[in-house]
This record gives sequence, structure tokens and C-alpha cells, in this order.
Amino acid sequence: MTLEVNDLSAGYGQLTALRNISFSVEAGEILAIIGANGAGKSTLLKTIAGQLRALTGSVVLDGDDVTADSASARARRGILMVPEGRRLFPSLTVKENLQLGMSTGRKGDWNLDTVCELFPLVAERLNRRAGQMSGGEQQATAIARALVGNPEVIMLDEISLGLAPAIVVEFYDRLGEITKRGTAVLLVEQDVKRALSVADQVHCLLEGQTSLAGRDLDFAEIAVAYFGTGHR
Amino acid sequence: MNLLDAVFQGLMLGGLYAIFAAGLSLIFGVMKIVSLSYGAFGVMAAFLALHFTEATGWSAVLSLLVVVPLMAAFGWALQRFVLQRTLGGSALPSILVTFGIAIIIENVLLITESADQKRMSLGWIDTAALELGVIRLGVYPLGLFIFSLLLFGILSLVIARTQFGRAVRAISEDAPTVELLGIRPKTIYAWAGAIALALAAIGGVASGIQTSFSPTSGGMLLIFAFEAVIIGGIGSLWGTFAGALVLGVAQTVGANFFPSQGILIGHVVFLIFLAFMPQGLSGRVRRS
Repeated sequence: MTLEVNDLSAGYGQLTALRNISFSVEAGEILAIIGANGAGKSTLLKTIAGQLRALTGSVVLDGDDVTADSASARARRGILMVPEGRRLFPSLTVKENLQLGMSTGRKGDWNLDTVCELFPLVAERLNRRAGQMSGGEQQATAIARALVGNPEVIMLDEISLGLAPAIVVEFYDRLGEITKRGTAVLLVEQDVKRALSVADQVHCLLEGQTSLAGRDLDFAEIAVAYFGTGHR
Repeated sequence: MNLLDAVFQGLMLGGLYAIFAAGLSLIFGVMKIVSLSYGAFGVMAAFLALHFTEATGWSAVLSLLVVVPLMAAFGWALQRFVLQRTLGGSALPSILVTFGIAIIIENVLLITESADQKRMSLGWIDTAALELGVIRLGVYPLGLFIFSLLLFGILSLVIARTQFGRAVRAISEDAPTVELLGIRPKTIYAWAGAIALALAAIGGVASGIQTSFSPTSGGMLLIFAFEAVIIGGIGSLWGTFAGALVLGVAQTVGANFFPSQGILIGHVVFLIFLAFMPQGLSGRVRRS
């Protein structure tokens, strides 16, 4: 499995929020997308997921250009996003949320039982309405809902936002379980150190453009790219 | 007419309103689409059934076997190719388009069917009744009431237990996220439209057997259905059923005290609910 993003640009109305982004990830890899607020990280994920239309460039999964496909077609193809703010269906139970996640019709290791094993937090709350749970439980449910769709690529948008550090550590510990089954992870994260601790590749955005990308980068270099200080 | 009898007649009448309101409850209550053409579709189905029975000599009940699938297919196509385009941020486009559709249907029926009152008959069943002391229950309204219960049972099972039902509920909360899961919202909307018009057809034909109908009677059907949905509480199917019963009882008991003002009393009861209990019987949606 390879996900390739080539020369991707996107925006809202007149505003171009993302310019000419390119990268590629392989099965089982974690790519961390970092950058300050408004750098275009969420825009990038939304464009890959198909919620936003690309202005230029392409998204290619295993050689198939999916740029023209709808978000639901991409999900069935294996590109799944855990959106910012979790976006569970609050009046539905946790189990119903997960059952909807199986709509991709994709076969694989992940099902109700295996995600419950991965997130005991979810297992205990299956019959609870999603809206009545704590932030950590909701985030676990949102990730589980994407996993039961058996993704090729799972995109996690700010999963640590508003959560207790102890719970965030647990989520990061689980990432290995996801990647070892061959799923690639695109990780958008505010906490750069935490992202770097798990990432195979880093892609740093600054004002909608790539300011730095690569593997095994050193922290000073990243800090410059992150804040846009010094040479651009 | 004594009060107890009036209450029972009202419950039976409520059963008829409930059948018709079921489809509206699905599209307006659950999916939040305002359809003003729903009543006109019911009348259209009644005319289809009327012509079918006249042409074949079959009973009006059997005509449902043809009319319901026909209306469901029409509902699917209408939702998929016309109403889908009106969905989005504002409710206004769907209100305007369905209002226009209602006017078109009404006027086409006026041209082709004339403004005369029509009625379908089931023969002896029309007048057959069970005498239970002071209460006299018509066989047809009673059958309709039981059928209505059955219909709501099936519909609520579909909404509660099937993947389609889960998707319908999820779409009413957050359509863009539903799409992220690999579901095609347009397909779900289209099937909901098909079910709604199938129910409108059943309700329209049932009402065409119980009372007379004309091309312009859709407006009243629509108002009763909206009243049932709102009295029952938006978003709850069984709430709609209860709301339809409340409306039916209000009309017949009202008519018991003020003959010929039954429908007006029904509206007044609806307005009382709107003023003092806007979340309805089920209380699902609270006013912000």
C-alpha cells in the first residue's frame, strides 16, 4: 500500500489554504503533519479524505487516482479520517456508532471484538449514548469507528486535543497496534515532541506550504520550520 | 354520541392520521426535510388507486399492491434527482420546491379529475361495526388502527435495528461525517424518500376509503400530519403515533361538544401544544 499526495492545493472560496503539497507514505508508516494554528494541517487531511475539493494536484492510492472520488468512495477504498472534534453521532449508542463505521464493507483484522480489545474504554460503554461520554471515551470511540472500517490509511486529526495527558499517552501506545497490521497513519498534532516520538516521517506546514519534510530531522531544524523564523 | 364513544372514535381516526403522518415523521421529524407536497402525494395515490379499482374491478385494498410500489419508486426518483438538490444549509429551497410540486399536482388533478368529491368503497365493510355496549366500533376504522400499529412497529424496528435506520438517524445529526464512514447519504435520502411516499400512498388510499377526497384535499391531510408530528415531538416515531391519537380524539371529542367544529378544536389543541409543550409528547427536541 502506498498513498501518494502530489502537488495538492485546496482552499475555501477565494482563499487558498494549502499550496502544492507532496508526500508519500507506505503501509505501516506514521507520518506526522505538524505546524502552527492555521498552517493548513486540517485542510490537508480534509482534502485527502475528500471533504474538500482539490484545486490542483492528486491523491493516489496504490496507483489509483482517487482525486475525483467522493469522501464516501474514498472511505470504501480505505482512506478513513477521524475528524477534529471526534464528530460522533451523539444520540446513537457507542455500538451503533461502530456499526456505522463498518459501512466501508472492507475485510480485515478489525471488527467489534478487536477494537474493544484495543480500547477497553469503548468495550465498557457499548450501550451508552455517545454524547454522554467523557472526551477520552469519545475519542477512543471515534478512532475505533474508523478502525472497524479496516482502513489502508487512517488520518487522526488532533486526537489529543482537550484530553488528559495520561489518556493521550495511552492513545499513542496503541498506534503500534494499528501500524503493525499494515495501516498507514497520518497524524496531525499540536504537540510536536509527542508527534516526533512516534513518527517515521515529518511534514511541517507553514502558512499552507511545506516548510520542511523528511525523516530523522533534528529538533532545531524543525523549530525553525515550525515558526517560520530565519531563512524561508 | 356519548363521551366514551367519542374518545374511541377519536382513537380510530387517530390511527388513520398516524398512517399518513408516519412518512412525514420520517422525512420531517427524523431527516429534517420539510415537504409541503406530502399531502398532494397522498391524494395522487388515492386517485391512482381509484382508477386502478375502476379499471380492474379489484378491491381498493388490493390496489395498494400496485400503487404503493409505484409511489415508492416515484419517491425514490424525486428525492434522488430533485429534492436532493434542495438540501443544504437552509430549509427554504426544499419548502419552496415541494410547495411548487404540491401546486402542480393539485392543478393537474383538477384538470384531469375535476373538482368532484370521490370515494372508494370496500362494500359491506364500509358500514360493518362491532357493538360493544355504549361503544360502536366500525370494522374498517378498527382494522386501520391495528394496521397502523403494525406499520409503526415495523418502521420503528427498521429505524432502531437496521444499518439503514442507523444511517438515517446519523444523517439527521451530522451528514458530512456519515459520508466519511463510506456511506452514500444520497442513497439513504433516496430510500427514505421512497418509504415516505409509500406511506403517503397507504395513508392517502386509506383516507380515500374512510372519507371522500378531491384534488384539493391534500392540504388538510398535510396539516393533520404536521400537527401529529409536532404534538408527538419531532424526531420520535411513536411520539407521532401518540400525537395522531391526540389529534383524532381532540377532533371527535371536540365535535361532541361543538358539532361541526371538530377540526377547529383539533387545531386549537395543536396550538396549545405548540405554546406550552413545544417539545411535544416525546420531548426529544428541546427548544433552544
